[in-house]
Amino acid sequence: MTPLISVKDLSKSFPGVHALSHVHFELVPGEVHALVGENGAGKSTLMKIVSGVYSRDSGEILYNGEPVNFLSPRAAQDAGIGIIHQELNLVHHLTVAQNMFIGREPRGRWRVFLDEDKLNRQAREILERIGLRVDPRAVVGGLSIAKQQMVEIAKALSHHSRVLIMDEPPAALNAAEVAELFSIVRELKAAGVGIAYISHKLEEIKEISDRVTVLRDGQFVATVPTATTGLDRIIAMMVGRTLSETLRIERKSPQSEVALEVRNLNCAPLVRNVSFRVHRGEIVGFAGLMGAGRTEVARAVFGADKAQSGEIVVHGAAVRIKSPVDVVTAGIGYLSEDRKRFGLATGMDVESNVVMATLARYLSLKFFLRKQSIRESALAFIRLLNIRTPSPRQEVALLSGGNQQKIVVAKWLARNCDILFFDEPTRGIDVGAKAEIYRLLRTLADEGKAIVLISSELPEILQLSDRIVVMCEGRITGELMPAGATQERIMDLATERETAEAA
Amino acid sequence: MAQSDTAAVSLGKRTVVFGAQLFSSPAGQKLLAFGSLIVLVIYFAFASPAFLHIDNIIGILQSTAVNGVLAIASTFVIITGGIDLSVGCLMTFCAVAAGMVLSSWHLPLWISIVAAVGVGALSGTVSGTLVAKLKIPPFIATLGMMLVNKGLALVVSADKPIYFVDTPSFSQISQGSVIGYILPSVPIPNGVLILFVLAFAASVVLNRTALGRYTFALGSNEEAVRLSGVNVDAWKIAIYGLGGAICGIAGILIASRLNSAQPALGQGYELEAIAAVVIGGTSLSGGTGTILGTIIGAFIMSVLTNGLRILSVAQEWQIVVTGLIIILAVYADILRRRRI
Repeated sequence: MTPLISVKDLSKSFPGVHALSHVHFELVPGEVHALVGENGAGKSTLMKIVSGVYSRDSGEILYNGEPVNFLSPRAAQDAGIGIIHQELNLVHHLTVAQNMFIGREPRGRWRVFLDEDKLNRQAREILERIGLRVDPRAVVGGLSIAKQQMVEIAKALSHHSRVLIMDEPPAALNAAEVAELFSIVRELKAAGVGIAYISHKLEEIKEISDRVTVLRDGQFVATVPTATTGLDRIIAMMVGRTLSETLRIERKSPQSEVALEVRNLNCAPLVRNVSFRVHRGEIVGFAGLMGAGRTEVARAVFGADKAQSGEIVVHGAAVRIKSPVDVVTAGIGYLSEDRKRFGLATGMDVESNVVMATLARYLSLKFFLRKQSIRESALAFIRLLNIRTPSPRQEVALLSGGNQQKIVVAKWLARNCDILFFDEPTRGIDVGAKAEIYRLLRTLADEGKAIVLISSELPEILQLSDRIVVMCEGRITGELMPAGATQERIMDLATERETAEAA
Repeated sequence: MAQSDTAAVSLGKRTVVFGAQLFSSPAGQKLLAFGSLIVLVIYFAFASPAFLHIDNIIGILQSTAVNGVLAIASTFVIITGGIDLSVGCLMTFCAVAAGMVLSSWHLPLWISIVAAVGVGALSGTVSGTLVAKLKIPPFIATLGMMLVNKGLALVVSADKPIYFVDTPSFSQISQGSVIGYILPSVPIPNGVLILFVLAFAASVVLNRTALGRYTFALGSNEEAVRLSGVNVDAWKIAIYGLGGAICGIAGILIASRLNSAQPALGQGYELEAIAAVVIGGTSLSGGTGTILGTIIGAFIMSVLTNGLRILSVAQEWQIVVTGLIIILAVYADILRRRRI
């Protein structure tokens, strides 16, 4: 049988990163082929190249045995390759049918007016074919996430797709919805559609897929038949890296005083009954997959999102949190995973950002800025954290990711925060700067700061943490000491879904 | 040979880069705006000898004063990424308030000034509260406040102009000339002096105070400022309030110039103010802007109006040309940004 898709020796790099190098992938008709790997392994990149979103640097893609090079998602779609992205691409105010045929609306009289009847009829045919019970005239915004997901599938199929790429169906689906999704996938499979399925949820992959291809750090690891391969083996192939390649950092042991205690924090939908403690001088690593709710915990503690319930105790005193103002006053700083959106005013200069949280201290007559002392403390932090910038007046947007991160750190240090949440502190930062950020974190802890480290990179968590908390679907599923922790053990906890528990 | 080619190419590239940097900096936009102003002045000076006559220059300065002050008020709000449509009608309401205090209640002059500025600050604070606390988009909140102020001006004045017959000194606020008293050959009216003093003060506030720093920071990344533990709502209300207070000053100026408070006047001034701000290089999406740019923008607007009038261009066509100039200025700004 000719494979629908055959990817050979595909490579792709982005500035500073080898996203994919010499990757192979094959998809035959009527197959569900799962792609697995850690965050950043290159799964989505691979599928985006196949579907024409990105271009490739080298390698070959055969579609039905013919070499192809799709220059746009539109071209791939017209050829029969549909992709459902991680984030749903639906227009919430339009109906199901209108969404399915967006850009290809059937025309009626004089080819000016839209033929709404024909539109709904065609949509209904497709919905019936895949057994999806939803009214084509229903407004998409009113549907559940699961139904929206299926509308995306229907939309992809309305192009007569022979290949369907599903990039991480949302984590929010419950067991019944997943079952419904899978029954549709099986129908498609029976009809000879080839399905590439990217997911972090290994149990689901075990259930639905025929073959599994494992990627790690942009490298092809193996393609194995699902039926005869154990989950442990797949996990082992995913995390493969050994710890020896990373340096151990000398550390003092944490103190006994509890700096921050969070009790029964709830913040729908991704923080469910979360409790934990952080001691002075301790780094607590939060591990888990994307969408496990770690960032949401940080945002809820920080008052950026409103928690429904829960108690937050700082140095033994309960803190009432109405807004970030209260939290910052209590001495908690939050370094967001998305520095540019939540951490920095990138259009402003280094010194303005450094004093952003402490401007009140640099005023004379409570009104005028004392520019000289702002300059001096900015320079002091530039030296302390080794921020590489030509001057304190440099626009932040022009600095590298690592240096931007240090500026956010400086902002909170200036505020004397002694509890710091680092959310993915090394995302988008090159290797050299990473090591520097690691040392900085360790130094801060050794000076008595309490640190929560949220990271999707397991080696980073294992290397830096004094204690590891693992989350899955909004709950804390386990706590490990680094001595007893392995990447496999963390992965187990990180994929411990509630449905699996119930079963 | 090959080497010199490369050198030439790299030199050319560097020149281009330098040019791009020059115009992509905030200073670059000011340069662009200032250059346009100079070109306009030179053009009109050659086209009509009357243009550079001292009386005409005084006229231009005089007419810039009110729009310039309103534009300063708008600059603050626009740098935060917001917009204030209420400035024109608020100015009128402030003028009417001053008029009531003087002509109906017969209170001293200084109280009328305080009243005008106070009413302005109050209205601005209400706008700011609507935006910050009730999360009403600035466009809508200030559109509402525009109508509220317009209506209140008509109600309070019973729809009739208030004349300052009892207090001749009131007209001196704008029309008198302290400078002319000292230097009789340059009778620059007080209104213009007030504009420049206010512009200087506004520039200091914008660049050297916490309020100014947060004005830029809110426009640059409001969420990051909020997550830095800054009381974003309070600052936002203060900024709109300051804008309103400055509208009060504009109200005094226009009432003094017309020697009356005209309750029907005012609508349309907000758009001229916004135009001046934008021509001066302040981005409507917030985060960047200067008072100097705004003042230059205001002068471009009034030089254009004045010059076209002197060249006897029909008033209808003056309006058309002004519209085109605004579009051109903003497009130049977009081109400038694209080069980055």
